[in-house]
Amino acid sequence: MERSRRSFLKILGISTLGLGTLSSVDLLAKAGMGKAEFAPDPKGMTGKRWALVVDVKKLDEDTTQKAIEACHLIHNVPDYGDEDNEEIKWIWTDKYEHAFPGTEHEYLAAEIEEKPFLLLCNHCANPPCVRVCPTQATWQREDGIVMMDQHRCIGCRYCMAACPFGARSFNWKDPRTTYFKDKEPPNPKYPTRTKGVVEKCNLCAERLAVGEMPACVEAVQDSKAIVFGDLEDPHSEVREVLHEHFAIRRKPELGTNPNVYYIV
Amino acid sequence: MYNKGLVITGIVIFVVFFTSPFLIGLVKSGPPPEPELSPKAKLAKQCVEAKEYMVESHMQMLNDWRNEAVREGKRIYVATDGKEYTVSLQNTCMDCHSNKSKFCDQCHNYAAVNPYCWECHIAPKEKL
Amino acid sequence: MLETALKGSKKYWILIGVLFGLHGMGATAFLYQLSKGLTVTGMSRDVSWGIYIAQFTFLVGVAASAVMVVLPYYLHNVKEFGKITILGEFLAVAAVNMCLMFILVDLGKPMRMLNVILHPTPNSILFWDMVVLNGYLFLNIIIGWMVLSAERKEVEPPKWVKPLIYLSIPWAVSIHTVTAFLYAGLPGRHFWLTAIMAARFLASAFAAGPALLILLCLIVRKVSKFDPGKEAIQKVANIVVYAMIISIFFVVLEIFTAFYSQIPGHMHGFVYTFVGLHGHGNLVPWTWAFAVMAVLATLMLLCPPLRKNEKTLAISCLLVFFSLWIEKGITLVITGFIPNPFDTITEYVPTLPEIAITIGVWATGFLILTILYKIAVSVKEEIAS
Repeated sequence: MERSRRSFLKILGISTLGLGTLSSVDLLAKAGMGKAEFAPDPKGMTGKRWALVVDVKKLDEDTTQKAIEACHLIHNVPDYGDEDNEEIKWIWTDKYEHAFPGTEHEYLAAEIEEKPFLLLCNHCANPPCVRVCPTQATWQREDGIVMMDQHRCIGCRYCMAACPFGARSFNWKDPRTTYFKDKEPPNPKYPTRTKGVVEKCNLCAERLAVGEMPACVEAVQDSKAIVFGDLEDPHSEVREVLHEHFAIRRKPELGTNPNVYYIV
Repeated sequence: MYNKGLVITGIVIFVVFFTSPFLIGLVKSGPPPEPELSPKAKLAKQCVEAKEYMVESHMQMLNDWRNEAVREGKRIYVATDGKEYTVSLQNTCMDCHSNKSKFCDQCHNYAAVNPYCWECHIAPKEKL
Repeated sequence: MLETALKGSKKYWILIGVLFGLHGMGATAFLYQLSKGLTVTGMSRDVSWGIYIAQFTFLVGVAASAVMVVLPYYLHNVKEFGKITILGEFLAVAAVNMCLMFILVDLGKPMRMLNVILHPTPNSILFWDMVVLNGYLFLNIIIGWMVLSAERKEVEPPKWVKPLIYLSIPWAVSIHTVTAFLYAGLPGRHFWLTAIMAARFLASAFAAGPALLILLCLIVRKVSKFDPGKEAIQKVANIVVYAMIISIFFVVLEIFTAFYSQIPGHMHGFVYTFVGLHGHGNLVPWTWAFAVMAVLATLMLLCPPLRKNEKTLAISCLLVFFSLWIEKGITLVITGFIPNPFDTITEYVPTLPEIAITIGVWATGFLILTILYKIAVSVKEEIAS
């Protein structure tokens, strides 16, 4: 009994392995079907280092609201208010002392102290969030955008711990069954997210891909409160604006090399 | 064999339990799925690729679409017949197959698969 | 050998039953969390890691403590530890299992956990954490099982086990170091941004883990015929006291750098946790409980009569374990998020479902521990007779 049981198990093992290999060879053969190709949209904007320059002097309640609404509506961002601190925000406002903590002092210029600063993901050139993501669900594109792939995110929230700017939000609950339970998502052409994944500003990558400006930039284009462009293009608008005006970035000492500049 | 009676009885019960879905299926089976094409899909006559390929491999194709569009930034698909499509489940596939409950769900429900695509991707509103 | 876990006294089966019941409660709460999302916990946009990750952090330390009996026995021939290396290794197995469970219940999409293997990312410390934790789990399961079954058959274990044992020694150090690196490399979290984070983890691990091992040895001696040995327990107690002294010293070093430099970013975390910051201070009582228990335990352990008396030793070990459970398993992780990147404060309080799941994971770990210890003790009793 001992001998034959051992050989029985051996045969079982080998045949399982054999069957397994056969079926996977079959699958591999099918995967290479067709001569289909993928290509980028020729209308799409290309750049090497996308950046935003926010002219703080042009910001007020009205302008900032326009920018935030434009972004949150086209991306179906749910508005939970601030209940339980589970809000989801891709772009929002805060005061100077919270946007640039550690640099504030008792005698701040009144104008700066009251201004609503527009805050969002900085799409850093040296992003710590990308460094820590265990599945590359967030990665840095060649044009500098720090992108999110919600299909791959496992919801570990390591990127949220790593981001020094608090730019990332997590879906603690399912937006479809809570915020969007009785109302339609405002943009039927863009997905919502589901519970368990992280989200943040994606610099409107889907709009850039068809040649459109980021929504927040377009929303304030009359006042040019936000300017968008390629930092590596010496003739871009962002380079011109930065050449003429002094601008600061959030927490530059951390070395993340943010690509959102603020003209103060 | 040690405890022969118990062991054989156990094996028989296990085999019956394990094959019960198939045994029950022999006796009473539900109707095969009948996915209904929407008017727009009927007009188009041809999907992005051939019907047989789509039936067999649309899951793999959607995975490829996802990786190419989201991760590689390539949002145009050049099909084997040369036609170009925007790579988007929500805006291309569902634009034509706008009747999810009469099309997509028919086979999915029959095969008892629950793809989670529509947890995020918005399915077009259907007239009830 | 597994069959030895299927025979036991009434007390054994009652313990198994209670632990299984608590496991079931945790599993039910976890199903609730899966259906509603992590909103059922007390975590928030600002405090995005809570007690799940904090408890995992503490348990990594407990897991690594096996090395504190393995190293002296196999490298330096400290014969007294010969009887208890198996207890250390099985404790490591139970502890690493708890670590992995805590990570799993914290994930937003646990069904996607294999993505970490399907898309390996060597620049991510979480990837390496997965590698070293699983590696350490398999090492200890294999080593423990092989050595114990060889002992039962009264032969030497196969030759290939020895290199694995030697490997488990630096591997134990690596599981902490990697876990500490999760925290110590994040540019925005000043409370964690310290070079001695890994050293602090190691020191507190080598106090908490062996303290638990002593308690388990005392229990084993009471409920079975296997005696781990008074000498072995005393030697482990020596390790605990040295590790506690170094642990407390490291915390003092941190406090000095923070407060002598007067840099706000460095100070804020400690101010929050010890006295409260801007009117928020729900961790303050916990922090002082840790401090008082840690100092008291160290003083008791330093006093030879109190250390040699196994009753007072048990109390010291309980104090060590709970004080470090608070420091590594609660205050360290939560305080890292306070204040937030905007310099405001959002506090964290775990919810009932969160606590239920946490208790469930601990119960599952202790269930594994009970079964493994039953096997080990049964084998030891068998060969003694």
